[in-house]
Amino acid sequence: MTAPAREKVRLPRLRHRSPVSWLLVVPALALLLAVHFAPQVFGGWYAFTDWNGIDISPRWVGVDNFRRLFDDDASRTAFYNTLKLAGSMVVLVNVLGLALALSLDRQLKTRHFLRALFFAPVVMSPLAVSFIWQYVFDFNGGLNRLLAWIGLDGWTRPWLGDPGWALWTILVVLVWQYSGLAMIIYLAGLQSIPEELYEASAVDGASTWFMFRTLTLPLLAPAVTINATLMLIFGLRVFDQVLGLTGGGPVNASETLATQVWKQTFQNGQYGYGAALALVLAALIATLAITQALVLRRREVA
Amino acid sequence: MRRSAYTWRTFGLELLLLVVAVVFFVPFYVAAAISLKSASDVYSKPLAFPSNPDFSGYRTAWHGNASSSLGHSLVNSIVITGASVVGLVVIGSLAAYALARRPSRMSTLLYVLFLLGLIVPFQLGIVPLYVALRHLHLNQQYGGMILLYIGLLMPLSVFLYTGFIRALPRDYEEASYVDGASSLRTFLRIVFPLLRPVTGTVIVLSAILIWNDFFTQLIFLSGSRQQTLPVAIYSFVGEYVSQWNQIFAAVIISILPILAFYVVAQRQLIRGFAGGVKG
Repeated sequence: MTAPAREKVRLPRLRHRSPVSWLLVVPALALLLAVHFAPQVFGGWYAFTDWNGIDISPRWVGVDNFRRLFDDDASRTAFYNTLKLAGSMVVLVNVLGLALALSLDRQLKTRHFLRALFFAPVVMSPLAVSFIWQYVFDFNGGLNRLLAWIGLDGWTRPWLGDPGWALWTILVVLVWQYSGLAMIIYLAGLQSIPEELYEASAVDGASTWFMFRTLTLPLLAPAVTINATLMLIFGLRVFDQVLGLTGGGPVNASETLATQVWKQTFQNGQYGYGAALALVLAALIATLAITQALVLRRREVA
Repeated sequence: MRRSAYTWRTFGLELLLLVVAVVFFVPFYVAAAISLKSASDVYSKPLAFPSNPDFSGYRTAWHGNASSSLGHSLVNSIVITGASVVGLVVIGSLAAYALARRPSRMSTLLYVLFLLGLIVPFQLGIVPLYVALRHLHLNQQYGGMILLYIGLLMPLSVFLYTGFIRALPRDYEEASYVDGASSLRTFLRIVFPLLRPVTGTVIVLSAILIWNDFFTQLIFLSGSRQQTLPVAIYSFVGEYVSQWNQIFAAVIISILPILAFYVVAQRQLIRGFAGGVKG
């Protein structure tokens, strides 16, 4: 590296000292401020008003919107559903992704083919694939036909119309779609573990399970952090799969915070309340993701 | 666990995973099979192989509904995704170049600002963004949507480019500056071509994120002539409830372009995701 630009010395030919112009940052910075930060500041403000999207000046209502969130049935359900989905998704996607990665790391002859196969859902439109799953879970759909065919007629039910099941159909689709992404990140982690470590451990007579616990898992810790963080964020802001499968129903049983933001703002015209829901969602994403990442990262070092 | 010998146990594992793969892909078989059936066959024998393919579902789906055809939405998706990706590459790489090559307190501060954009959830700003674009008459327009996406994904682009440029030797640029070239000219002629690997990652990641995004497009484009594939499919399915052969024809038309992209650029794509995510 060459010497850094000496900005304090004001020479007439400054360009020669530090040839790269600051002007190059301006378009990106303007967009960053206009699309991220300015709207977020206003969003934080709207959250404390009862604005309907039309009035000239929104009226300040303090924390009323947030109190309402827990009085209102749909929003309260949405809040807990969001936490349930995100939590289950973090666990299931990581377990399945790790299992796939361990199986497809070396030996199998079809590993390249299978990796490509399991990763494929990651690149597909979550909305479009949710419609396919809507058929699977439909009362006259694939799953019930299969159950009836293998003689389990008693198990058939309207999966999407059952308040106890609707939310979990969304989880199935999330796990199905994102396990391939976790797998790829774990595979990259596995491939960075030197083979010699396993050889040395094998010479010492270690069992496969012992090697997994003492070698593989600790060395995969950074991949665990990345996957857990990603899946937590994806799970908390789930929207497409809900709209594609259940639309939030039956009777709000599968609403999430993101679907509530959309419905309250753009269908009910309650911009203030919608902004409050968005603020809660954003705060959840930020605090939970950062806390989880910090906790996991501390375990990486240990 | 890493023994290289292919034993009976390995064979068992191989069989098990192939079975899992089949289960994983049953939904796609079902969708493809049903999309090629007549309305009556969908209910009588939905899972049978479509030995006598019926393309009426595809015809209906392609024509779409009153508000827009699927073909028109496909063009909208291509225009919006394409223009946004170009913007992200050009604007993001230029900004990253300045950030990486002018090490100072200022550039650190700006870099942190971009990282913050990556971390703070964008949902918080969605209502004011909608109000602002509506006020500027930019909602339901290509331009508004493209600017929005360039802005939304700019932190990702700047983050990936800055990391790459910092690791790039300066020798080639120095020669160009000694010759008296401007920073823009040097960037375009010397630096940008060297960024090809990371440009590939930025293109792949942002193209897929934008192409598949539904939330933003539903809010800003629904009901307009500019509606994209996900929005069109959503309104189409709402109209053709339970007419599965038509629904799946529409779904498959919307998945096919990305699937083709995946088959062609599979390695690059997987590497882009693995590398892009880790930074």
